[in-house]
Amino acid sequence: MTTEALTRPGTAAPSAPGRRRTRPWGQVASQVFLIVASVLWLLPIAFALYVAVRPYSDTRKYGYVSLPHHLTLKNFSEAWTQSDMLHFFWNSVLITVPAVIIVLALASGVAFVLTRVDVKFNIALLILFTAGNLLPQQVIITPLYRLYLKITLPHFVSDSGLMYNSIFGLIAINVAFQLGFCVFVLSNYMKSVPEEMYEAALVDGASLWTRFWRLTIPLCRPALAALATLLTTWIYNDFFWAITLMSSGDKRPVTSALANLQGQFVSNQNLIAAAAMIAAVPTLVVYILLQKQFIAGLSLGATKG
Amino acid sequence: MSSTSHVDTAAAAQDGATAPARRRRRGVRRLSLRDRIVVGVLLGIPLLLDLAFVWFPAIGTALLSFTKWNGVGSLHTQTCKPNLPSILNNGCWYGVQNYHQAATIYPAFWPAVRHNLIWLAVFVLIATPLGMLFAVLIDRGIRGSRMYQSILFLPVMLSLALVGIIWEFMYSQNYGLINTVIGRTGDSNAIDWLGNPHLNLWSVLVEATWRQSGYVMVLYLAGLKAVDPTLREAATVDGANAWQTFWRVIFPVMRPINIVVMVVTVIESLRAFDLVYITNKGINGLELLSVLVTSNIVGETQRVGFGSALGVVLLIISLVPISVFLYQTFRREEAS
Repeated sequence: MTTEALTRPGTAAPSAPGRRRTRPWGQVASQVFLIVASVLWLLPIAFALYVAVRPYSDTRKYGYVSLPHHLTLKNFSEAWTQSDMLHFFWNSVLITVPAVIIVLALASGVAFVLTRVDVKFNIALLILFTAGNLLPQQVIITPLYRLYLKITLPHFVSDSGLMYNSIFGLIAINVAFQLGFCVFVLSNYMKSVPEEMYEAALVDGASLWTRFWRLTIPLCRPALAALATLLTTWIYNDFFWAITLMSSGDKRPVTSALANLQGQFVSNQNLIAAAAMIAAVPTLVVYILLQKQFIAGLSLGATKG
Repeated sequence: MSSTSHVDTAAAAQDGATAPARRRRRGVRRLSLRDRIVVGVLLGIPLLLDLAFVWFPAIGTALLSFTKWNGVGSLHTQTCKPNLPSILNNGCWYGVQNYHQAATIYPAFWPAVRHNLIWLAVFVLIATPLGMLFAVLIDRGIRGSRMYQSILFLPVMLSLALVGIIWEFMYSQNYGLINTVIGRTGDSNAIDWLGNPHLNLWSVLVEATWRQSGYVMVLYLAGLKAVDPTLREAATVDGANAWQTFWRVIFPVMRPINIVVMVVTVIESLRAFDLVYITNKGINGLELLSVLVTSNIVGETQRVGFGSALGVVLLIISLVPISVFLYQTFRREEAS
């Protein structure tokens, strides 16, 4: 069932329009309901966008909810320059990119060993990884915070000299926390690889590493792509680790830095709206470009059974 | 591929039940030294990371919850002395006192528990059925279903912190869209959606539902795709209408998805933090257990032991859905 979600293009798209005949009034009611829902679902985003493209003077004079007199993109450029957003984006990149790569590398190794090598306790280990990802973050934050204050790092890795308040520390916790989900998904996926392929590889004298790297990883490419998409948005969107494990605002990724911007721009809501829209761009781009992978990834974790 | 393997090997590989038994026979013993090193590295590093940064802290939280500690100085094993001033009586063994205090004298505790339960109830009673309804309607393949799906899923892509900021433009007392539309602007007349402690939880829950139901929708869409279409045909032949077909045939078959959605719902409502924190730092009507844990350990007054006790409460509640999920998922494999 897990592979099915991936191999079928457009998991959630209707495969055969009108394959079930519904009564006309049922069709109309469904359409009306979905149109109303879609309008309600777009409204908050659309309104924030509208605020972002209106000049401060206009909204001050006529109120935020008023017809447009002028439209401008100046808020975006002002929010960008005044809040040093490039810097925060760069922090997000420095955290997200290595974290996604490391999680996928480590998780595929674990998943391979747990599904393809008969180690003792492999189900217990799988449960250990999976359960770790389901814990609320607040359950582990107290000792983690103390731990981060205790672990020293060389200064070229962290200028605070500690795990606390370093980019390295945020990568580590994001990797550790997301490992569970990826191990779970990848092990389900790897179980669907036919045993006979491994038998064939064994006959050819392939070492364990070869069976992992040359056989399993290429076969898991769709699952890895789906997971990479999910992880990118999740780690980019992280708020909790960044505000608890980082003291200085200037090292934070863009999502949590926004909270500070709110204070900085408090008198100019148009700038806040613009900054929020800018911060949403990366995940929206990921979504628009990689929608299929994103949804496939969610389904991979879900339709196991 | 099949040219190199025996016919019965292929048959055994296709049969999921017998494959694990075959692997067991092969065992680790057949691995060369080099292979064993590879296994050690592939499994060892992630395991170490997971134990060090997830499980060690989880157990640490449980242990710290029995101490009285403000994070300064060291922890020791002697029991706390009731008469000593707090500063001298630090890092000592406190028994279940933290739990007792939380339940009896900490004013924010019970409201936080209540808010968490309300959060859960709204997710179960509103967000989940709504998401399921979206999924069912979209799955019927009506015109524009792809577009509806994209729009309804859009909020899931935004971080919760961003959702909080975006909705402030809807809710703001003076310039918000809602107050302007319903004509409640002006200093005396305006409704303070996010500031009024009787209202703000519900306002924030609208935001949370706005995001959660899109998530639930996608999970159910995946589940509906996986349902065998012949089941539907059989139900139609038997004369079942759409409503009966869904509740009597489709819904029971989606059991694995229902479990996943249930787990996601409980876990997400226990994890809820970002929205209330970005809205008003989680005080004044928006207390949640997650906020209390955070404010007790990284706030100005650090009460590590006490904050940990609250964390353990959160842990115990979350272990319920976690165990259900693990049991549902892994029981088949244990059996084989």
